[in-house]
Amino acid sequence: MDILLQQLINGLVLGSIYALIALGYTMVYGILELINFAHGEVTMIGAMVCIAILHALLPGSGLPVVLILALGVGGAVLVCMLLGLGIERVAYRPLRRAPRLTALITAIGVSIVLQNVAMLVWGKQYVSFPGVLDIHRYEFGGASITNLQIAIVALALLIMLALLVIVYRTRLGRAMRATAQSPDLAALMGVNPDVIIALTFAIGAALAAVAGVMVAIYYGLAHYYMGFLLGLKAFSAAVLGGIGNLGGAMLGGLLLGIVESLGAGYIGPLTGGFLGSNYQDVFAFFVLILVLVFRPSGLLGERVGERA
Amino acid sequence: MQIHRNPRVLAVSLLALGLLAAGCSKKTETAKTADGELIVRIGSVAPLSGPQAHLGKDNDNGVRLAAEEANARGVTLGGQKVRFEVVSEDDQADPKTATIVAQKLVDEKVNGVIGHLNSGASIPAAKIYYDAGIPEISPSATAIKYTEQGFNTTFRTMTNDRQQGRVLGEFAVKNMGAKRVAIIDDRTAYGQGLADEVATAVQAAGGEVVAREYTTDKATDFTAILTAIKAKQPGVVFFGGMDPQAAPMVKQMQSLGVKAKFLGGDGVQTTEFIKLAGSAGAIVTASSPGLPIDSMPGGKQFREKFTAKYGPIQNYAPYAYDATNAMIKAMELAGSAEPAKYLAELPKVHFTGVTGEIGFDSKGDVTGGAITLYHIVDGKWKAVETVLSGSGTGKK
Repeated sequence: MDILLQQLINGLVLGSIYALIALGYTMVYGILELINFAHGEVTMIGAMVCIAILHALLPGSGLPVVLILALGVGGAVLVCMLLGLGIERVAYRPLRRAPRLTALITAIGVSIVLQNVAMLVWGKQYVSFPGVLDIHRYEFGGASITNLQIAIVALALLIMLALLVIVYRTRLGRAMRATAQSPDLAALMGVNPDVIIALTFAIGAALAAVAGVMVAIYYGLAHYYMGFLLGLKAFSAAVLGGIGNLGGAMLGGLLLGIVESLGAGYIGPLTGGFLGSNYQDVFAFFVLILVLVFRPSGLLGERVGERA
Repeated sequence: MQIHRNPRVLAVSLLALGLLAAGCSKKTETAKTADGELIVRIGSVAPLSGPQAHLGKDNDNGVRLAAEEANARGVTLGGQKVRFEVVSEDDQADPKTATIVAQKLVDEKVNGVIGHLNSGASIPAAKIYYDAGIPEISPSATAIKYTEQGFNTTFRTMTNDRQQGRVLGEFAVKNMGAKRVAIIDDRTAYGQGLADEVATAVQAAGGEVVAREYTTDKATDFTAILTAIKAKQPGVVFFGGMDPQAAPMVKQMQSLGVKAKFLGGDGVQTTEFIKLAGSAGAIVTASSPGLPIDSMPGGKQFREKFTAKYGPIQNYAPYAYDATNAMIKAMELAGSAEPAKYLAELPKVHFTGVTGEIGFDSKGDVTGGAITLYHIVDGKWKAVETVLSGSGTGKK
């Protein structure tokens, strides 16, 4: 029982990070029906920028650690928002009326460019996140959780809540939902779709930046290639929950994290040692396939007609 | 392929072919220096570009130092004074490039090869040297498979992963006092090979492998497998893999409250690991093949000679130096630099090199190899114990 509880905690932490990144995929898809494959790389840039700021400020600036950390996160969010705006303006806006495949391939191109830029700037080595935090461990019911894990889950949930408030309770959110339904009609109602789409990219990128910082703190390192796998997992989470649906991305992210965790922990005993924990990812994607076979539009997704 | 019908093109092609043939035939002649010394060419292959270039250059310098010393000393083979020349090639640490440069060295008819640096590059290249009958001594490849391909031309001066795995497994049970050992590997040829050897050695030493878990060489989250391991209450967690995985793994062991020591191989024993693991590195013991340079029989002297010429030693230069000397000694025994003749003498070579006793067993593994275990003290790896591993194939 304590093992199950521990695996659920492990999965929850991983899942809340997936969920934050998945939201970026799902928001862009909801408005443009574009899968922004560069989103994973934005997460990576967020992690890298935060680490760079920390390394620059930590030795001898005399500032309190909390302030430096806040500056690091703030800097990462700012850089990623600008990056999101830039990607949209340079790579996607000129192709908005082009066939969807063109934009998809462009997205993959942007992802490769970002990876290589990061490799040139930060090198091929893993970069370490400075050990600025005091990690405390709490035991309960035979399982343990650290203050860092609690902070990650709490912050992720808070950000998701804030996003829901923005989308469903503000003028900006209403404009976003209107643009998602029909950009042309929204324009007739006085909404500027270009601005709204750009803002959607910026918000998604900000979420990705926070997630990237979380990954870097949690695992203590970052790497120019880390965005690829993270992006792939988060994209799967978005599809699992029903792409284009905000609640779906959150649910999908959390579920994927937990399934992965339980899969790695129990696949050995369940198959009598026939399959080991090296099948962790296989297990997660098997669940994804199973869900999509029975619910092709994802758990919370609605079947929508193809839009031309 | 398009066939040239134009006679002019044909003529030019033939001319080019002729020139090429002429260029080749020139190389097959036995070259001599102005003083009538016979030139013996030793190929030296390592990554000379890319992220491992510093290690590659280090190996190359080790070969050069040995060749220069032999030249200064003056070596006579079968009554003929010889002069050693080093032919350096860059394999970029890439298996495909390794086979290309190996073929190039074979075509140039070098007398022997010191290299390659990486196991992944040495293994495919070994076949090319074997087919040409040219001896190859790697100063740094540790993968078991390197000497197990059935090639009599393949040797190494570095202890292999089997020898390392045995020492690690025994160390976990006997020195760290763990009756229960959990083993994780990253499913790469290196990680899996090392982990399998450790598992065997743990059982042989009377310990029990209570968990066998797997990850990949790209993963960063190990909480799930570590939770499963925690329930089995091991005294030691062994990881066969590299530092980018080991560092977060050690951190996650702490945050999950796994009360076990962490043991790793040479993929973990890096300066990078210390940086990435931070304070969590306190529970870590890791091994590295060979001796710390100051414990080597000729270590101090070698360091002075080498540093004066090439700057600080990176890692494997002493092994490259010993490998080159082993090759030269075999040539002296045979009285010839002909690969076919001195190859038979290589297994008989025995001498005290910089790194220790150098000799080869029937597979070409070094017989006197050592494994050293390290702890992290004040942000640096500090040697705690050196174990002589004995032969890689025979007795302990």
